[in-house]
Amino acid sequence: MTDSRPVLTMTGISKSFPGVRALHDVNFRLFPGEVHALMGENGAGKSTLIKVLTGVYDTDEGAITLHGEPVSFTGPMQATAAGVSTVYQEVNLCTNLSVAENIFIGREPRLLGAVRWGEVRRRARALLARLDLDLDVSAPLGSYSLAIQQMVAIARAIDIQARVLILDEPTSSLDAGEVAQLFRIMRQLRDEGIAILFVTHFLDQVYEIADRITVLRNGGLVGEYPTAELPQLSLVEKMIGKELDVLEGIEEHSRRDLAELEEGTPLVAVSNLGRAGAVAPFSLTIHAGEVVGLAGLLGSGRTEVARLFFGADRADGGQVAIDGTSSSLRTPAQAIDQGVGFCSENRRAEGIVPELSVRENIILAMQAARGWLRPIPRRRQDELVDKYVKALNIRPADPEVPVRNLSGGNQQKVLLARWLITEPRLLILDEPTRGIDIGAKTEIQRLVTQLSDGGMAVLFISAELEEVLRLSHKVAVMRDRQMVAQLANDEGLDAERIMQTIASGSHREEVDR
Amino acid sequence: MTTGSLTVPRRTRFRLPRRQVPVLATLALLLVMYGIGVSQYTAFSNVQVIFNVFIDNGFLLVVAVGMTFVILTGGIDLSVGSVVAMTAMVSADLLQKGLPAALVLVIALLIGPTLGLLMGCAIHFFDIQPFIVTLAGMFFARGMCTFISGSSIPITDGFWTRMSQERIGDPRGNFVSISVLIAFAVVLVAAYVLAYTRLGRNVYAIGGNPQSALLMGLPLGRTRIAVYTISGLCSAIGGILLSFYTLSGAPLIAVGMELDVIAAVVIGGTVLTGGSGYVFGTVLGVLVLGVIQTLITFDGSLNSWWTKIVIGGLLFAFILLQRLIGIRYK
Repeated sequence: MTDSRPVLTMTGISKSFPGVRALHDVNFRLFPGEVHALMGENGAGKSTLIKVLTGVYDTDEGAITLHGEPVSFTGPMQATAAGVSTVYQEVNLCTNLSVAENIFIGREPRLLGAVRWGEVRRRARALLARLDLDLDVSAPLGSYSLAIQQMVAIARAIDIQARVLILDEPTSSLDAGEVAQLFRIMRQLRDEGIAILFVTHFLDQVYEIADRITVLRNGGLVGEYPTAELPQLSLVEKMIGKELDVLEGIEEHSRRDLAELEEGTPLVAVSNLGRAGAVAPFSLTIHAGEVVGLAGLLGSGRTEVARLFFGADRADGGQVAIDGTSSSLRTPAQAIDQGVGFCSENRRAEGIVPELSVRENIILAMQAARGWLRPIPRRRQDELVDKYVKALNIRPADPEVPVRNLSGGNQQKVLLARWLITEPRLLILDEPTRGIDIGAKTEIQRLVTQLSDGGMAVLFISAELEEVLRLSHKVAVMRDRQMVAQLANDEGLDAERIMQTIASGSHREEVDR
Repeated sequence: MTTGSLTVPRRTRFRLPRRQVPVLATLALLLVMYGIGVSQYTAFSNVQVIFNVFIDNGFLLVVAVGMTFVILTGGIDLSVGSVVAMTAMVSADLLQKGLPAALVLVIALLIGPTLGLLMGCAIHFFDIQPFIVTLAGMFFARGMCTFISGSSIPITDGFWTRMSQERIGDPRGNFVSISVLIAFAVVLVAAYVLAYTRLGRNVYAIGGNPQSALLMGLPLGRTRIAVYTISGLCSAIGGILLSFYTLSGAPLIAVGMELDVIAAVVIGGTVLTGGSGYVFGTVLGVLVLGVIQTLITFDGSLNSWWTKIVIGGLLFAFILLQRLIGIRYK
């Protein structure tokens, strides 16, 4: 079904931002009448590539051709005018205006300067009929679901005689039925000869709709593959960038038996906890002294799970039981009261206060738990801080240094100390070892083991499967914002099996659909 | 997920015509208040009562129309009261100095839009809050009033007096002033601009979601500058109408008027965050304020400050209504 000549080519594209090489020598082709999936983990360079293509960013190097002619767009408007339209993840329309107006605003048919509303509505109906949509075009856009709004955005995009349609994560907030509807429209447009560039995190969707796949990793091109020739497992490998055999060398760690741990009442048991648009309802139990690993690709819903446990996001439904009694985790304050600590993945934005000293950063959570009217005596502060600076081997060992002067690994340890000092019963660690050097990494891993041996429950989130395997008693696998499996970490479990689970999912989805 | 699954898209929930709800509420309120007036005071049913509301509030209506444009984009213009006063002062001063009426009109009508244009540019190009820019404009214009003269300047010009005293009426003796006709003309033009021109539609789009509007390629800056210029022009026209009404220019007239205007626009159903509202609603909002005043005047025993108290209560009720509708439609 593809034409032999690409409608769009990008060759040797490089783009750097201060301190970051976002794209390096990337090639990309798009043929008329194909759906081409652009895949990669967060930060792989997908958005940058699209922004370069649509002229939001200039390229440092490389060339773009459209219909064989070199082009260089100065902005999305110019790209749109040339037939390259983009529909973004968040619908960029005005919900207060009518459906018809959203499609035509800025280029309404007019007579002597007056908008011809009848004509606007007639043309909008015709365009939507082409997409097999039967909408009340005079109704405000906001009265329709997000999926419909997304399709109205597509209608607006293709009305400008688009030859290339870029869909940037259009399905991230849609449910299964709505995705099906979107795909129907995508197929139809593809059959009309429009080239569609489709960005998504959802592997299933790629295999359902895409004809070809281009994989990016760390700003570089991994390759371009026909979908039929790239099994899901290989795709995951290419996105993560590790061969399976490399992942298999796992250090054995003496773990207490899971069955033994799971005797008795779980410390925290959640059932059907979920939040629309963030993570599908899941059930999970965590026992005292247990480390539960949360594995999955970036963007698969791992952090969302953690945030529900900490009350940072409010769950739509489901039950929480702590020590066997029904409870709730609706706000962080409530969670802290129940003994939950949360080390955020984003330590700069959500964790440390760079201007404050190590001591001040460490006592922050404890002070908050006591209430601001009951200051912790300085002597007690010094004792506690000394203890944890020693225990975690924080360097420099001077508690009065501003935290911003510490290395990433040491900042992470300060953050850990902050929560440890409150003696949580469940500690949530979201990517605690990301971006820190190998020495600090090992220390943090050792600490997690020690803490769990001491009876603390840990929810451990990491993109590195080795790490998850080394530390966890049980591994919950996230995929497409669902918890697809919970695997006991015994002899049979290795990185390959987790990868397969990530790649293929479980039967649960088939049931859902 | 197969190709064949063809769900007919439907509106997710049944909804009242959202954008009309506040206007309908205002209309209902107005009818109730009028009903109370008619049932309590026999003279209230006289058509001239309604006409008088328009005569007394014509200038307010014009200024409120300009404010409607600004609020529809999600902005605010605090300078209108001072610009009204400044326009009246400049007119009175220039007429006193003997300039011909036509020339005075042109000059007076240019000052407001110029100030509006400058404020719009400051808001857009320097990305400053409209609140603070127009607050500065308000102080500036008020200062200019006292700079022109510390005391009231009477107007004796023939054209002005004619405009002030001309009555257009029916055979039964009911009448309106020319100002009312001018105000109606402004309302009609504004309603047309908002409903049928690109400028008007862009105003709604920007008020709905400025980021989206920009990404859809709409001229964000030009439109924002335009609405403050329009508001300036409406204030200037309002100032002229006020000088017809009072036949003078006074440095401290129309102090706090911007707040009455904002109240009228909001009670008229325009949402303060922008994107939703009608000029027709603003007309109703001004009428509500006018009828409250009339009711209190008819009563005779109530302090005129009751007007403010009632307006305060209504304003709160309408903001609450908007909020409730907003939640329902999220």
